[in-house]
Amino acid sequence: MYKIIRKQELNPTVTLMEVEAPLIAKKAEPGQFIILRAEEDGERIPLTIAGYDRQKGTVRIIFQIVGATTAKLNRLNEGDFIVDFVGPLGKATETDGLKKVAVVGGGVGCAIALPVAQKLHELGCEVHSVIGFRNKDLLILEDEFKAASSVLKVMTDDGSYGEKGLVTQALEALIEEGNEYDEVITIGPLIMMKFVVQLTKRYNIKTVVSMNPIMIDGTGMCGCCRLTVGGKTKFACVDGPDFDGFEVDFDEAMQRGAAYRDFERHAYEETCNLFQKEVQ
Amino acid sequence: MPNMSPNKHPMPSQDPMVRNRNFKEVALGYTAEIAVEEAERCLNCKNRPCVGGCPVQIRIPDFIQEVAKGNFDGAYDIIAESSSLPAVCGRVCPQETQCESKCVRGIKTEPVAIGRLERFVADYHNAKEDAVVARPEPNGHKVAVVGSGPSGLTCAGDLAKKGYDVTVFEALHVAGGVLVYGIPEFRLPKAIVSKEVDTLKKLGVKIETNMVIGKILSIDELLENGFEAIFIGSGAGLPRFMNIPGENLKGVYSANEFLTRVNLMKAYQDTSTTPIMHARKVAVVGGGNVAMDAARSAMRLGAEKVYVVYRRSEEELPARREEFEHAKEEGIDFRLLNNPTEILSDDSGNVIGMTCIRMELGEPDASGRRRPVEVPGSEFTLDVDCVIIAIGTSPNPLISSTTEGLATERHGCLVADENGLTSRTAIYAGGDAVTGAATVILAMGAGKTAAKSIDEYIQSKG
Ligand SMILES: Cc1cc2nc3c(=O)[nH]c(=O)nc-3n(C[C@H](O)[C@H](O)[C@H](O)COP(=O)(O)OP(=O)(O)OC[C@H]3O[C@@H](n4cnc5c(N)ncnc54)[C@H](O)[C@@H]3O)c2cc1C
Ligand SMILES: Cc1cc2nc3c(=O)[nH]c(=O)nc-3n(C[C@H](O)[C@H](O)[C@H](O)COP(=O)(O)OP(=O)(O)OC[C@H]3O[C@@H](n4cnc5c(N)ncnc54)[C@H](O)[C@@H]3O)c2cc1C
Ligand code: SF4
Ligand code: SF4
Ligand code: FES
Repeated sequence: MYKIIRKQELNPTVTLMEVEAPLIAKKAEPGQFIILRAEEDGERIPLTIAGYDRQKGTVRIIFQIVGATTAKLNRLNEGDFIVDFVGPLGKATETDGLKKVAVVGGGVGCAIALPVAQKLHELGCEVHSVIGFRNKDLLILEDEFKAASSVLKVMTDDGSYGEKGLVTQALEALIEEGNEYDEVITIGPLIMMKFVVQLTKRYNIKTVVSMNPIMIDGTGMCGCCRLTVGGKTKFACVDGPDFDGFEVDFDEAMQRGAAYRDFERHAYEETCNLFQKEVQ
Repeated sequence: MPNMSPNKHPMPSQDPMVRNRNFKEVALGYTAEIAVEEAERCLNCKNRPCVGGCPVQIRIPDFIQEVAKGNFDGAYDIIAESSSLPAVCGRVCPQETQCESKCVRGIKTEPVAIGRLERFVADYHNAKEDAVVARPEPNGHKVAVVGSGPSGLTCAGDLAKKGYDVTVFEALHVAGGVLVYGIPEFRLPKAIVSKEVDTLKKLGVKIETNMVIGKILSIDELLENGFEAIFIGSGAGLPRFMNIPGENLKGVYSANEFLTRVNLMKAYQDTSTTPIMHARKVAVVGGGNVAMDAARSAMRLGAEKVYVVYRRSEEELPARREEFEHAKEEGIDFRLLNNPTEILSDDSGNVIGMTCIRMELGEPDASGRRRPVEVPGSEFTLDVDCVIIAIGTSPNPLISSTTEGLATERHGCLVADENGLTSRTAIYAGGDAVTGAATVILAMGAGKTAAKSIDEYIQSKG
């Protein structure tokens, strides 16, 4: 059982939690993730390690409430326990030797991108961050990004905050201004990463994407997280989650990601109904 | 005078057309009367050929004599000397190639139903009030076991009985290995496995779930943390794929994923929220126990049609005979001597069919089995909306790749000698992690051997 030490709502659909997990906190590196079950008989879902405190022995997660499990998780409060919390899983993001990097985050993907930006910043790398949200209400982690980046562009789809437009527009502008990046690191919805890669391919800038397929065990046992990368099958949980964006078959990944959409919608509705009944 | 009936007493079972729609246990078990009658078929042979067929050398005729006398407790004690998981092995051992294959009665007629008797004795024992488990006197030595499958559980149990302070580290959220995430409820009820795990806990074994060794702690860190020896029983959980077009479509599962969703994540229960595809027509590729379990689970989830596509013939089918027979009775359609070449999809990436090619058997290959060769121009398409791939698994590299000096061989299997010792002092290994995917009883045997070696090693250090 893993105790929730702190809980904070970052926006109406995104929550931050700090969870007591000293052994994981000791080992975690940016880019790695955990798998949790919010309750007995619940599903196992992966969430990125959005920060850690090795002294306090806590791991930070930031999650968007999209379905049944994240809704259940969001019902837990400070002092409550998460039944299962496994990690640190996956490979850490490679940061060695990078001098200048553009970090591009979309939506809750920004939570995953932040520790990478912070680590690069600590290592003395010049970090330019582009973070995008649908609108002002969904904005998260702006101050944290500001502290870790020498350039920060905040984009919203509707222009309600920062600049109006997509992250790809801001990235393209930065490149056109003459910024030469060793690498672009992008984390967010598949469709966003796909378009970032289309852009960076044109400029031939190496691009690392963080893939988030459906997972179960996270140890290479089930194969449900498999992707086609460079024509070969890879398991995101052990070979990734970071991959060379130029090599990833995004269309296939998007199709696989939608495998249980109807099932999930149903489970989510049931969970919501259940919660509503409790309230009444 | 022995019972000279030529046939094994049949196993009382659920009706095939009822059981293929539920997840309750298929085989119901012998009653005491049937068990005694079946035990009387044993000739109590002096040279005991059957014992030689059992990987852990259970004193088969001795326990069967006790059953014949109605002394089921006595029978249990004899089995327990050699096996720590009789309720499991009695159910899942491939008896037809092991103990029963050597039985003298089997030469002319059917062998004695050794596995069924073993199961009966174990179930009789387990149904009784929980026996008080005496905690052995601690000997002050700490041992770590990685993985809680049959090899790890057996090793932990044997060491705990000798007074060792044993901690089992398991990656998943429940203990049991393949016994809980792979083999389905209808063949091995999960209550049996959890009972075994509870007994270990009573012996003082600590079980730490959610611990992926190689990630949260390395093998060397375990040694630094005061564990004097380590047993690695991490299994062979990495699924293989065929590398044919369409393998990553929606609706294509590895058997591990499919069975994990059904078993570990409990999709077999009506109330479960675990996503699983309730496919209409399913093709399972492979011919082992894993393929049988996947096919029969798919049927139970409501499929109209389930095919098993296997590239060799019935003779080479590696599944336990009984599982094959049961699967046929339940309406599984076996397409033997066929090999998939491509999985087909619609525009949204859903499976709509699988193309196969017919095979015929040619010359024997390295394994001694006749090599299947394609019949040119014989392609045809099976109408399916789900494909489950059950063509085998290999050991996971998580541990070998993070442990310096731990030797592996070609397929990623850990190298261990006949005592279970790996290429490194104090580190032992056994079960599927060493042999590649094999059987429960072999894994259990390896756990026993390693426990003995670990005990000798630690005691000799003084
Ligand atoms: C390595 C990894 C790291 C992740 N890190 C984070 C994180 O830090 N914060 C966060 O909010 N989310 C993260 N995700 C996504 C997160 O796992 C899913 O949002 C979660 O599984 C949804 O569970 P649910 O039961 O609430 O919703 P479900 O009912 O399972 O799904 C609801 C909706 O979300 C979609 N969905 C399901 N699984 C995923 C997935 N893995 N990725 C994207 N969409 C999905 C479904 O298609 C559906 O539309 C990560 C995923 C991976 C693989
Ligand atoms: C579907 C299916 C049906 C089968 N049917 C039969 C049958 O009828 N008869 C038969 O005899 N055999 C059968 N087998 C084979 C049998 O189950 C295995 O041979 C046996 O379970 C191997 O035992 P093990 O202890 O070596 O490993 P496993 O049972 O595989 O257990 C290994 C455990 O180690 C854990 N682990 C792995 N890596 C790590 C790590 N890094 N850190 C911590 N823990 C880790 C795993 O999560 C797992 O719990 C079947 C197998 C399957 C998959
Ligand atoms: S353990 Fe397996 S091989 Fe040995 S006697 Fe029992 S069923 Fe036969
Ligand atoms: S070989 Fe068969 S008949 Fe002979 S002792 Fe063994 S079980 Fe009994
Ligand atoms: S999540 Fe199961 S193999 Fe990656």
